[in-house]
Amino acid sequence: MRAEPIIALRGVNKYYRSGDAPLHVLRDVDLTVGGGELVSIMGSSGSGKSTLLNILGLLDDHDRGTYHLAGTLIENLSERRAAQYRNRFIGFVFQSFNLLAFKSALENIALPLYYQGVPRKERNQIALEYLRRVDLEDRAHHLPSELSGGQKQRVAIARALIAKPKLLLADEPTGALDSETSYQLMDLLRAINAQGITMVIVTHEPDIAARTDRVIVLKDGRVHRDGS
Amino acid sequence: MSFDGFRETLEVLGRNKLRTSLTALSVAWGIFMLVLLLAAGNGLRHGVEYDFRDEATNSIWVRAAKTSVPFRGQGPGRPVNLDTTDIEALVREVPGVEYITGRYYVRGPLPVTRGDAAANFEVRGCHPDYQYLERTIILSGRFIDELDMLGRRKVAVIGPSVTKALFGNEDPLGKDINIHGVNYTVVGEYDDQGGEGELRRIYIPISTAQLVYNGQNRVHNIMFTTGAAGLAESTAMAKHSREILAQRHSVSPDDRRALVVTNNQIQFQKIMDIFDWIRSFVWMVGLGTLFAGIVGVSNIMIISVQERTLEIGIRKAIGASPASIIRMILGEAVLITAISGYTGLTAGVGCVELFRRYLPANEYIRNPTVDVRVGLIAIALLVVAGALAGILPARKAARVRPVVAMRAA
Repeated sequence: MRAEPIIALRGVNKYYRSGDAPLHVLRDVDLTVGGGELVSIMGSSGSGKSTLLNILGLLDDHDRGTYHLAGTLIENLSERRAAQYRNRFIGFVFQSFNLLAFKSALENIALPLYYQGVPRKERNQIALEYLRRVDLEDRAHHLPSELSGGQKQRVAIARALIAKPKLLLADEPTGALDSETSYQLMDLLRAINAQGITMVIVTHEPDIAARTDRVIVLKDGRVHRDGS
Repeated sequence: MSFDGFRETLEVLGRNKLRTSLTALSVAWGIFMLVLLLAAGNGLRHGVEYDFRDEATNSIWVRAAKTSVPFRGQGPGRPVNLDTTDIEALVREVPGVEYITGRYYVRGPLPVTRGDAAANFEVRGCHPDYQYLERTIILSGRFIDELDMLGRRKVAVIGPSVTKALFGNEDPLGKDINIHGVNYTVVGEYDDQGGEGELRRIYIPISTAQLVYNGQNRVHNIMFTTGAAGLAESTAMAKHSREILAQRHSVSPDDRRALVVTNNQIQFQKIMDIFDWIRSFVWMVGLGTLFAGIVGVSNIMIISVQERTLEIGIRKAIGASPASIIRMILGEAVLITAISGYTGLTAGVGCVELFRRYLPANEYIRNPTVDVRVGLIAIALLVVAGALAGILPARKAARVRPVVAMRAA
């Protein structure tokens, strides 16, 4: 494990208050992810893996325990601060791509820079560069509806990378893709990881998990197995 | 909002053209109606002001008829006749009388001839001050003066219709006309803004009228102006006049039929008060309509936020701060209201302008206008309205949790 962990969870618990009894989704989760690691989180549906990813990505807060993100204790974060962290530290890739349907591939990729206040011309230029990296420069002005699933996910990855995050979080990134496209995408993610970006991928597919360096299995909200 | 943000907002609005234009329509309609209503209110007001333009609004009119209540042993039904001495008494005893005139209506219209030309006209005896009370305009020559009164001269001041009928294009000044067998010299020509009826008159000195038409010293009614007196003072003057005249004619001061004293200022004030009310009412209705538009915008923005939960969630996930989301929604609301409001304002003003140009002359609506200040107020109102309309939906949008949005996908 590297010197400075990007992610350090200690005794993290999470409840959902649905109905009468609170649902205990995460139970005393301890997890450390070092800089540059490529980690997958597996588990059946309801095991808490997506919740864990949301907590890691500051999209959701935890109820008990501590979370250090790149050495910073995440606690009572204001929405504004959380947005800043998400913008500067973390990139997201989702199963359903979550591209804005009315924006072109280029504009989707450039969006995080819009929220950093980068001027339009400059951010479009940078976005074009990232589009080139995912091999889609000829699709710059296509709308998401004009792209295939694999292309959409590559656009989403480019968008996740444009703000130069330290951490890339992917929630079932291959869930909507066929196997061949899935493997191509995993190759792309591995190549990005090789450039030093820490990556946590949630998946329920063993062959996808097998393409990561470390597999963490969650069961009933606990870390069941952690290893390669 | 930065130019970039503005561009982003335009893009989002343009994406949903139908919804945007329907929303815009409600605001445009609100402002449009406000402008039309205000213009109509102004038009009515101008119409009434115009109606009053040929009479002094600060005048008190006195007319006498038959007594209706018994007083000092005399039964009702006794006719009361005003005369020249009443005028003298009012001037003497009522402080503040500015211009005063009596009127003597010669039973008519009388046949008036000049050479071969003949026509029937109304003949009226009056005092020199009459011109101020009727706001009579002297076109040429002069009005009746004190020397005419003293000498009971047979002089006449005639209206344009009279000139036209008897003189054609000839200058009538210094020439004689024959009114029912008596010759008068034309000394002046007047104009009056009161309409056709007031242009067909012949004015002669009241002293002459009383002499020639066997009126002794009778006058049919008395009018006087109250100068700069306020409403309270003129009311007091009217009351005082009634008391003086009641005493002079042995009439009960409470007999409102025997002596009819009308304070024009009260009438004018009443009508103007009505218009102030109408104006307030129009503002209320207009603002109400506008408010409905604002609620519409707010409502549609809320729906829009609902529909765009995923979009907002994605934006937040990739680093949009709550403030930037609020700015986005607020910006959309303000932009919609501002643009559509401005459209409505322009359409309204354009409509009013068309009306003004093509409105046939009538007695009720005149020169409907909206002044620039109202337009500016309306625009300021719109921006505030847009912001108000945006607040609720924007707060709702800022509260969207990215997780929830993503889970919904």
